[in-house]
Amino acid sequence: MISEGSSFIKGMLLGGLFCAVVTLLGDFNKGHQSTTDHHHHHHHIQAPSEEELLKLPEPKRLELSQNIRVYCAILVQPRELSYWAAVKETWSKHCDKAEFYSSENVKVFHSVNLDTKDKWLMLRNALKHAYANGKGYSWYFVALPSTFAIIENLKFFLLNKDPGQPFYIGHTVKSGELEYAELEGGLVLSVEALRRLVGVFSDNVKCPEQGSALWKLTEEKELAVCLKYTGVFAENAEDSEGKEIFNTKSVNALIKEALAEKPQEVVKGCCSDVAITFHGQSPNHMQVLMYGVYRLRPYGHTFHDSLIFLPPVDSDND
Amino acid sequence: MAALSSRCCFSLGFLVGTCTLYFFMTQVWFERKFSLQLDSQVHSTAGQWGGENQSWRVEGLALISLRHPHLQGEDSRVADQLYKKVRILCWVMTGPDNLETKARHVKATWSRHCNMVIFMSSREDPDFPTVGLGTKEGRDQLYWKTIRAFQYVEQHHSHQADWFLKADDDTFVVIDNLRWILSNYTADEPIYFGKRFKPYTKQGYMSGGAGYVLSREALRRFVEGFRTKACTHTTSVEDLALGQCLEKMGVLAGDSRDSIHRETFHPFVPEHHLTMKFAKSFWYWNYCYYPIVEGPQCCSDLAVSFHYVDAELMYMLEYYTYHLRAYGYQYRYQPSLPEGLEPDSARTEHSPLGAERDAPGNGTSKL
Repeated sequence: MISEGSSFIKGMLLGGLFCAVVTLLGDFNKGHQSTTDHHHHHHHIQAPSEEELLKLPEPKRLELSQNIRVYCAILVQPRELSYWAAVKETWSKHCDKAEFYSSENVKVFHSVNLDTKDKWLMLRNALKHAYANGKGYSWYFVALPSTFAIIENLKFFLLNKDPGQPFYIGHTVKSGELEYAELEGGLVLSVEALRRLVGVFSDNVKCPEQGSALWKLTEEKELAVCLKYTGVFAENAEDSEGKEIFNTKSVNALIKEALAEKPQEVVKGCCSDVAITFHGQSPNHMQVLMYGVYRLRPYGHTFHDSLIFLPPVDSDND
Repeated sequence: MAALSSRCCFSLGFLVGTCTLYFFMTQVWFERKFSLQLDSQVHSTAGQWGGENQSWRVEGLALISLRHPHLQGEDSRVADQLYKKVRILCWVMTGPDNLETKARHVKATWSRHCNMVIFMSSREDPDFPTVGLGTKEGRDQLYWKTIRAFQYVEQHHSHQADWFLKADDDTFVVIDNLRWILSNYTADEPIYFGKRFKPYTKQGYMSGGAGYVLSREALRRFVEGFRTKACTHTTSVEDLALGQCLEKMGVLAGDSRDSIHRETFHPFVPEHHLTMKFAKSFWYWNYCYYPIVEGPQCCSDLAVSFHYVDAELMYMLEYYTYHLRAYGYQYRYQPSLPEGLEPDSARTEHSPLGAERDAPGNGTSKL
């Protein structure tokens, strides 16, 4: 009787100890997991911080903001005519050069006719054309017509980066071993990256026209594959607080998400103050964005920015 | 036999021990986490009002701003001066059913920029907080609610502000821009501003949904009008009735347009004003006091209000107004500084890029 009782008690103590050990280990593991989860597995690249910029002497800053020239290549299809029109009337006016590349000839708007519906072929030929005709531009920005871009913020982001170096930046995600910039969020290539890309286009083994895999990859992935061969890797862009600046969703969608997930800090938790792109904006909302970005503001709040960008000529919605 | 039973007892004991400690630990952990959560909740509800970088004091059923909200990296010298000079009490027309769906978002966004805000409902709610006006709810109660609300404000807070804004819980207001408009007037003038409509009155009246703002003197006269029965509850059409009363009491209907005659108070959402063509038969054409402009010039850069704004759009507009911008962009519209204000530190040494530019404060727009 006593021996059974003592076995029972021994069992209880051992059981308790076992439980404690297991729980503590589990907690420790969980804690460790959450810290490693925070490490993204792709490269990050940040916007310059104001302090960084102010370190540069003023004449250098002025020289940089004048010299940074962006060539915008917008890939359109005729069925997206209303978006095309919206882009023409809104943000593309802020590019140093905006060229529309379409899959077929369209009478209504001027565009470079690529004569193909194949998206990878469109992207290749558009970039080839941009490189050949875009002399004097240091950066090439590729966008779709339902993307809204703020070119001034793009220039601010690129300010401290040397276009003579290979850069391939956007909203970067990983698919297997491949890191690529999602086309919906807009992507930017330095002139050096584009030079290398155009070079590898003529290599039919590494970067064939019909696509590099047995199955069809999306054009954004094909682009990443080709660039990888030239030693150029996708980088994800963030502002000085670590927020995404190339967005593959619309402002509406991002606010909705923030409302659901962080109801106490919706606006702060949503999006960057110097965001570069949003995707999936209706043509009407692009006009609202022009108003919201370039005009609507609270009186008496000023920013002494290190760069100066003037409004475009012949425009009344910015 | 004995060995078996003692092994059984051992296993049983093991099981009992594990379970007991498990429950014990989960209780302890739970309590620890709970108390941490509670702390952070307390933090965040105190901060909820404060939320995005703000501090408030609750005084009865009113929320009083302790500090003008600032944006990261900005020079807000001019806005801070206006915050002190042009004190605005905002009261928001809401109801018990709208607190969680509408009023809450007003509280989290634009109302944080008021010097003081009071949420007006038919029923008092000490937690939100809202004032109880003792009326019923419904469209036909709007004028009663308005009258009672202004009477409440006049009785309790008239000395705490210079201007008194009425807005709906689906109105979005940019208070800094309202201060700019009002900075050219004084609280002792009998005047009020809003989106001016023309019918049924001599001098016009202000649209209720787009929000309107009364000077302290105008408020005093409105309340006086009801006290002396010069004004009565003539109709439930709140904005018209208010306009008629104010006209009777000698309060002027002001011109709220900016320095190049663009509207600042808007009865619809931005998308509507910026992109839509109103049908010629639409009532709006006959109501607007000033000529309607369609397209981008419909709206001033320094807009004061928009109406029919749902929860999502509230946050979007707060983001567009106070956060999202084009770095380094030189605005086309640069109105002159109101009198009596000191400018923010102007750009001195560098003439930007050699371009011909009027320094801010010269009142020219770049068109």
